[in-house]
Amino acid sequence: MRFLLKVMKDFPWFLWSGWGSIASIFLFLALWEFGFQTYGELILPSPKAVFESMGMLLSDASFHTDLYLTIKRGLIGFGVSLLVGTFFGLLAGYFITASVMSRPIVTILVGIPPIAWIVLAMIWFGLGDMTVMFTVIIASFPIVFVGALQGSRTIEGDLKEMMDSFHIGFFQKVRDLYFPHLFSYLFPSWVSALGMSWKIVIMAELLSSSDGIGAALAIARSHLDTPQALALVSVIIGVLFFVEYIILEPMKREVESWRN
Amino acid sequence: MAELRVSELNFYYGFTQILKEIDFSLKEGKIISIVGPSGGGKTTLLKLCANLLDVTEGEVNNSFSSSAFAFQDARLLPWKTTLENIMMPLHVKMSERELKEKATALALKFGLERSDLDKYPKDLSGGMRQRVSFARALIIEPALLFLDEPFSALDIGLKKELQSFVLEACMKQKMSVLFITHDVMEAIKLSDTILLLKSDPGEIVARYEIEMPQEQRDDAFVFEKTKAFLDDALIREIFEIKVSA
Repeated sequence: MRFLLKVMKDFPWFLWSGWGSIASIFLFLALWEFGFQTYGELILPSPKAVFESMGMLLSDASFHTDLYLTIKRGLIGFGVSLLVGTFFGLLAGYFITASVMSRPIVTILVGIPPIAWIVLAMIWFGLGDMTVMFTVIIASFPIVFVGALQGSRTIEGDLKEMMDSFHIGFFQKVRDLYFPHLFSYLFPSWVSALGMSWKIVIMAELLSSSDGIGAALAIARSHLDTPQALALVSVIIGVLFFVEYIILEPMKREVESWRN
Repeated sequence: MAELRVSELNFYYGFTQILKEIDFSLKEGKIISIVGPSGGGKTTLLKLCANLLDVTEGEVNNSFSSSAFAFQDARLLPWKTTLENIMMPLHVKMSERELKEKATALALKFGLERSDLDKYPKDLSGGMRQRVSFARALIIEPALLFLDEPFSALDIGLKKELQSFVLEACMKQKMSVLFITHDVMEAIKLSDTILLLKSDPGEIVARYEIEMPQEQRDDAFVFEKTKAFLDDALIREIFEIKVSA
């Protein structure tokens, strides 16, 4: 609770520090406009046209359903890989044999491109929700798993010995040693898994689903509707920005203030 | 009366014998120092006494009511501030404010600044971390204190202050201390008994009792004793001191 309060207290300062990023976004928009004036409407529509198209999208009820569906699939997939990855990662880190054995398997999982998983998932589950969520889970699971594995492998014996020398009980050890240590590994891995989930959910939808933002993107492509496609991409990025900078980054700052 | 009694203690890592036939006892209010070359199993012996390693052969009986350990390296929790680190071992029934006051007073006594109290260990210098670790060991007012060369990273002034703090606690609260040092002068200044540990395997080869009370030992006494100590043929052999021609 105190932690949340501190995050909220520092939040205005964090926002104020965002001017630099905003300036760079505007620079990017200027380049975009330049590209539009060079190549014309069909290749690269102007930012203005894209934002108008985005405004239309945002007031469209069927788009809301699509957005909701995509977010739901993404979050369910992410949630499952977070729970399963954290649990098995911590467990594997606890046993040396398990961590040695799991290493090559993780390499294989990371090595298989998500697009290959989509093909397999379409064969296994057909077109629909399950295929999308499965792909999200399988692509973000290794990231969480490796983070948790490293966290539980690197618990320092020296600090544990120090706590033993003060006869400190198990619960305080969990609170003051294990939890902060593990969390410092888990949190960054959760953040990157969430980013991964969001990208994969769109890709999977584009290839295997008839609804959701990915599917809308596929429709825009078949109609050669570039403003629509770019508007969808902007929404996708907007969601990512919101989650990354408004929710995660301020938390990360508090969580990691003790680090170098 | 509380005491720490070590009898016929042997210890092995694999097939290598680290400690051999260690025998001594530490009584209430006394200070014993263990002097010897590096890698001689001094830290292992201290850990065995503090129950951080399991005794396999021989016996360690500790009847002191509480104990604390100050390690060679500071071992602070990196995600806690200076003050939180000092307060970490306290679990007495006191209000948060009282605990904080107590920790602050001790930190200031050990030469930390008020502005250091909210810093994380990464922002403290090595010597400051050592002071924090020392304060953390002493805040619980242990009946028995284990010290593993905690003074080695400190400057001379602070070293003297912390040494007199330890002596004071021994006299007033009847605290007992078992400590390791390379520094013969430090051992002579502080201890009632000096145990000389030779290496490979670690074995007590000599015991020196210093009768004069600590508060009466002035610099002249310490220098003279140290010189006599270093002239001792046995000590020359143990520390491999070359006799200059």
